[in-house]
Amino acid sequence: MRFKYVLNEVVVGLWRNVTMTIAMIITMAVSLTLLGASLLLYRQVERMQDVYSQDLSTILFFRVGDTPETKYATEEQKQAIEAALRADQTGPNPLVEAFEFESKEQAHQNLAVLFSTTPDLVRLTPTEELPESYRVRLTDPDRFAEFEAKYQRFIGEEGGLEMILDQRRLLQRVFNVLGSLQNLGFIISIVQGVAALMLVINTIQVAAYSKRREVAVMKLVGASNWFIQAPFVLEAVAAGLIGAIIAYITLILAKIYIFDGALAPLAQVITEIPWSNVHLMFPVLAFAGALVSSITGWFALRFYIKV
Amino acid sequence: MVLASWRWRVDFPPVIALEHVTKTYPKAQRPSLSDVSVTIDKGEFVFFIGPSGSGKSTIIKLLLREIQPTKGKVIVNGRDVGSMRSWRIPHFRRSIGCVFQDFRLLPNRTAYENVAFALEVIGKTQAVARRVVPEVLELVGLGGKEHRYPQELSGGEQQRVAVARAFVNRPLILLADEPTGNLDPDTSIEIMRLLDRINRTGTTVVMVTHDSNIVNQMRRRVVEIEGGKIVRDQPRGVYG
Repeated sequence: MRFKYVLNEVVVGLWRNVTMTIAMIITMAVSLTLLGASLLLYRQVERMQDVYSQDLSTILFFRVGDTPETKYATEEQKQAIEAALRADQTGPNPLVEAFEFESKEQAHQNLAVLFSTTPDLVRLTPTEELPESYRVRLTDPDRFAEFEAKYQRFIGEEGGLEMILDQRRLLQRVFNVLGSLQNLGFIISIVQGVAALMLVINTIQVAAYSKRREVAVMKLVGASNWFIQAPFVLEAVAAGLIGAIIAYITLILAKIYIFDGALAPLAQVITEIPWSNVHLMFPVLAFAGALVSSITGWFALRFYIKV
Repeated sequence: MVLASWRWRVDFPPVIALEHVTKTYPKAQRPSLSDVSVTIDKGEFVFFIGPSGSGKSTIIKLLLREIQPTKGKVIVNGRDVGSMRSWRIPHFRRSIGCVFQDFRLLPNRTAYENVAFALEVIGKTQAVARRVVPEVLELVGLGGKEHRYPQELSGGEQQRVAVARAFVNRPLILLADEPTGNLDPDTSIEIMRLLDRINRTGTTVVMVTHDSNIVNQMRRRVVEIEGGKIVRDQPRGVYG
């Protein structure tokens, strides 16, 4: 009975001030969508780091060229480096896990795969101009600095190396861009969230004003505080939950039409967003929306509106 | 429970006691009540009279714990109301019925619904309301008008609905703050008869008024307040 009463009050309350309710729900939905998107992006970056770090290696590029400044590395130089790598594979705390030589022909084949969409570029790149290299997988990718310091001496005419490249460092820039997108989404969701909370306070204020007679009578006859306040707080919670549902649907549509649709060709690069992650967002967003709006509603009633 | 009834027999504690109560509103020059002591026994009918601003409505507010005394103690049903924790107030108020000059009915609810609302919001079931509400509306003389809205009722009838709402929980105390202030003399007398009938059921009635006719006709205890002090307390008094 009391439950029915409270529920009825919530529905009537939301309907009474329907324009404000819609504004509150939309703001809530936008805020929660961005929150969900940035959480998804966060998990995505983690996944990508996992996926890529298995394939990533450190590359020792040999010198290419025929001029006095840049000469091809000699066989002796190559052997010296290979011996150094082999030495680092053994010992109590090996630095190198595995390494592999990549010849000019292999480099060209890889280039052909990488640029399969622009065959002209592949055709115009002579095999001769591609550097030979050692692809090295470190036992711990974080020990790159140590590795770089150690092999620095092979760079130049004496050693025969052109450069030492950490693919992880290259990819880090991509992750940085994703990270700042994620931060941006997070900041906007907070700003929108603050707007949503102000709308919650305003909505409760309007509701409290339009129900001031009922509230006065309820206090007079001794209705408990929670009973008086519950409809107001639940109105805010209902708006929060509806906002979360809309945000969840938006994320599903974004996955279907943007990631699996327009961005599908990039799926190999940005790795697929799993459905389980998207579905996980519903309880997270519903909880966030309901919790934040109920706390705000309660605070507003207790300290600001004083029902 | 045993202890409580034993106490009851031994010292017959008053149902309401103000002990040296002073109430000064914030920013006020002088106190609304200053060092007021008065006791009211169970089943009494007491008028608080005095000019506007004398502090008589402050007493009602203190008894309802809408405000707290600046000094002194307000004791209702053996409980110190002033020091009561705020979460206990709702439950405490269920033992007090209250009637006001402006009726305070909900305009979008019928007479029946107004009374039932008071039961509903303190957790009584609709079954209880269906049994109790018609009974109490009959008692106040509104039998047959249960489904009228307040604007379809006369002032006197609206005040009867308010009395029914105040009495439906069978409170120990009925507080009436100028209940006849908006009514003509004949209707006022009808409301007084109703309050008298409620008083005869054992309910303590405390009424604030400056209607001299009514006080003179009823010949009940009169406590006169002036400038925040009790200047007269007569058992079967007149307005003076």
